[in-house]
Amino acid sequence: MLSPAASVAPVTAAPPPLGFPDADSETWVIALGGAAGPARDAAVARLHALLLRAARFELRRRGTRVDVDDLATQAADDALIAILAKLHTYRGQSRFTTWAYKFALLEAAVKARRRAWQGREVALDDDGWALVAERRRGPGADAETAELLRAVQEAIATALTPHQRAVLVALTLRGVPIDVLAERLGTTRGALYKTLHDARRKLRAHLALQGLHPVEGDTL
Amino acid sequence: MSDETRDRLARVLGPAGPEVSCETCFDMLDSYVELERVGADAEAAVPGMRAHLVGCPACGEDHEALHALLDADG
Repeated sequence: MLSPAASVAPVTAAPPPLGFPDADSETWVIALGGAAGPARDAAVARLHALLLRAARFELRRRGTRVDVDDLATQAADDALIAILAKLHTYRGQSRFTTWAYKFALLEAAVKARRRAWQGREVALDDDGWALVAERRRGPGADAETAELLRAVQEAIATALTPHQRAVLVALTLRGVPIDVLAERLGTTRGALYKTLHDARRKLRAHLALQGLHPVEGDTL
Repeated sequence: MSDETRDRLARVLGPAGPEVSCETCFDMLDSYVELERVGADAEAAVPGMRAHLVGCPACGEDHEALHALLDADG
């Protein structure tokens, strides 16, 4: 789901040596990494129950109302497979349960987003840049803002490749969740975010050339 | 500038500074969250994480979800 080839800022440091933050984490890793048999089966079953609880929690938190049990079970199943495959990458930098939870939460959220968009058309055009404009001009629509918006529109239209423009418009202006767009395009969240990141950098550079710096003094 | 316009521009332009990738974000999310929960300087441990959580709504939701679940665990 997350492609290592799409790193925005790759981490090159060697992984830290394995250590355990507490006895419970050590117990988990030893039981799950042990030889096949009743003890390992019991640990796997206990982990699946933990993941199922986490997935249900996230689906409820997100307000998912349809097929919650089905989605939670799918998420727990997929998270369990991922965890067992990546058990050797756990370095004890957090409690084991915290490390495991993130897999279940990710799977539950991805499934919820995709279910919410099931059957909905994802418009992948590159002409939606006009959406950046003010929808209604009110008292706050000053000349400086109008100039900035015009410059952003112009940058989207001219500085980006068609693919960058389509991805940026879909994700940031049309509100398509990144996991939904990744599924429709047969790619990954990481790869799409790399495209978005590159597009944003181009836009900022384009604006800077015109002396526009929307980053100063705020969170933009 | 209206709040709506500011939010839209923030989504389009993203965070200004360097940020980690989605892959690094997922790899480091558990330790980052545990550092946050004990009041440690999580951003110093994972530079660029905060910017990514702002720039990538999906990863930001994963971050929020992990905090919420750990809160519920007590």
